[in-house]
Amino acid sequence: MNSVSTKAYLDSLLEGRPEASPLSWLNELRAHAVDRVGALTVPTTRDEDWRFTDISPLTKLSFQPARDAQAIAADALQPWALNEAAARLVFVDGIYAPQHSFNNTGLTVENFAAGLERHGAAVQAQLGRHAAFEHNAFAALNTAFLHDGALILVPRGLAPAAPVHLLFITTRKHAANYPRCLVIAEPGSALTLVEDYVSLQDEAYFTNAVTEIALAGDAQLHHVRVQREGAEAFHIANCAVSLAPSSRYHSVSVALGARISRFNLGVLLGAEGAQCSIDGLALIGGKQLADTHTLIDHAQPQCTSRQLHKCIVDGAAHAVFNGNVMVRAGAQRTDSAQSSRNLLLSGKARVDTKPQLEIFADDVKCAHGATVGQLDLDEVFYLKSRGLSETAARNLLTYAFGAEVIERIPVATLRQRLEQTVMARTQSAKAVAGSAP
Amino acid sequence: MIYQDSKTLLAVRDLRATVNGIEILKGMNLTVRSGEVHAIMGPNGSGKSTFAKVLAGHPAYEVSAGEVQFDGSDLLGLAAEARARAGVFLGFQYPIEIPGVANSQFLRLAYNTVQVERGKDELDPLEFDDFVREKMKLLEMNPEFLARSVNEGFSGGEKKRNEILQMALLEPKLAILDETDSGLDIDALRIVAGGVNQLSGKDNAIVLVTHYQRLLNYIVPDYVHVMDAGRILKTGGKELALELEARGYDWVAAEAKEQAGARA
Repeated sequence: MNSVSTKAYLDSLLEGRPEASPLSWLNELRAHAVDRVGALTVPTTRDEDWRFTDISPLTKLSFQPARDAQAIAADALQPWALNEAAARLVFVDGIYAPQHSFNNTGLTVENFAAGLERHGAAVQAQLGRHAAFEHNAFAALNTAFLHDGALILVPRGLAPAAPVHLLFITTRKHAANYPRCLVIAEPGSALTLVEDYVSLQDEAYFTNAVTEIALAGDAQLHHVRVQREGAEAFHIANCAVSLAPSSRYHSVSVALGARISRFNLGVLLGAEGAQCSIDGLALIGGKQLADTHTLIDHAQPQCTSRQLHKCIVDGAAHAVFNGNVMVRAGAQRTDSAQSSRNLLLSGKARVDTKPQLEIFADDVKCAHGATVGQLDLDEVFYLKSRGLSETAARNLLTYAFGAEVIERIPVATLRQRLEQTVMARTQSAKAVAGSAP
Repeated sequence: MIYQDSKTLLAVRDLRATVNGIEILKGMNLTVRSGEVHAIMGPNGSGKSTFAKVLAGHPAYEVSAGEVQFDGSDLLGLAAEARARAGVFLGFQYPIEIPGVANSQFLRLAYNTVQVERGKDELDPLEFDDFVREKMKLLEMNPEFLARSVNEGFSGGEKKRNEILQMALLEPKLAILDETDSGLDIDALRIVAGGVNQLSGKDNAIVLVTHYQRLLNYIVPDYVHVMDAGRILKTGGKELALELEARGYDWVAAEAKEQAGARA
């Protein structure tokens, strides 16, 4: 597809934007984003950042934002309900669903309409400031549609134990959803947040999400992100995290669904003593493509980063991982370790992994590595020597490979459910794995 | 212990095996009867560990000649899991770490698989928990090892205790313990050996593969075999281990060569 038609495609996506807001700064932000959408094109595999991910199937379909809320029964949400959650915001086809949402915390957990009234200044100071959209067509598109979303504001020193659950549900085919989340954690606060993308239907739709997270000094966030979109979905997401001194960001991102998914995670270790651990698992099969791009930016001295990214790829699926760790000049005493581990379950499965270490400081400790392989013969033999069948041994090892990431999720209900999902998926993969030589 | 009229558990005849086309076992012969404890000793590269793995059915080794009868049936035709279910147990020299699988889950899966094979009832997680904790006392193992991933981050001694715990759960007829003493300090050695001794009885047999005599102070063998270049060169009683400790292995090979020369 040439750039003229990709431009026309982006223009077509701009249709159906929200009405003007009473807030002039918000209108200006959107207008700027519209300008950028006009200047940018849909990325192609000629763009270095999209080399392995051909997004062109998206441009062969048209998507429109939902105009009215789709009523869904409370029962329909049961499969995703988290017992532990003290607050939940539900968005149906991108539209806030107050009847399914609740907040039993002392925090601000509300949609933008309510949040902007009470916390306008705080939101204005952060919204659109972290997720850069100058050169990112999808982030720009999301920002052009900015009108509703989830606002979470954790006041100074507050550290509720129970998690906050953000649930984004798609019910309609050909829907274009622009989920937006803003998390502001004040000094010394702590929170566990679950960001969850699900579907009630299996036809094509388009989710284009942006999440911005600002952690003040000594704040801590556990962020669990679950992408379990419908089988034909396109899921593109950008998440930008900024860390102040001694703040800590821990995330586990799980990609299970969608026909094509792309997740960009940028973590800015912007002050001394900031720490992050970002772990990921992509478990895909069939003709799925799951692409994860991460950037850990060691911009200041004495920050720590840890990353474990795993892919389990079955069928003719394709996983992509690009993990950039940037250590800027002056970021001395940086401590960084990154590992990309990949398991191919079939002859047609494919992984492209690229750990990328760029170091401009001299007093640093950085380790990284990548492995791509099939199940280890000695591991299979160990289990068989204890009586397990070939199939049971392979299933268990495949499950274990994924479980190493899943078990880092600090919300028991979600962890157990995802363990079951991984178990079910790895057992259905056995026919292929078992027949491999 | 040697019992009169005990049945033959393992009969290895002229066994030859290769790995990547290289012959490692060059005519092994060994007979083990129930109740007995055998020690296989020998220098590095003599084929001891290969022999252990071939008996357990490791797929990297190809048997090129010979036969192995286990409890009256052909062993070599069976897949590794079938050998385990039939009662062959290999205690690994380097137990495999499996991050992501709880030790309790793995132990229960293995236990139940073998129980089903023997026509006995499986245990649910709660029942198994009680059962396995009792067995762990035998090895002075901390129950917290149940919740951890299989062998992950275990010390050398903890891994070996976990191996013997599996032996205790699976109750094999024939346990082949490959260098179970390596990496153990003296306390761990005493505990692991104590566990093996308690599991040893007149209906099962144990084959110890070891470099060092010190394990045999704790688990006293009925027979000591010296392996070299893929064959057993000499067999004796427990006193042979002491002689090896004092004199090394070279004299055994020299003696074997002399005898071969005398026969020729």
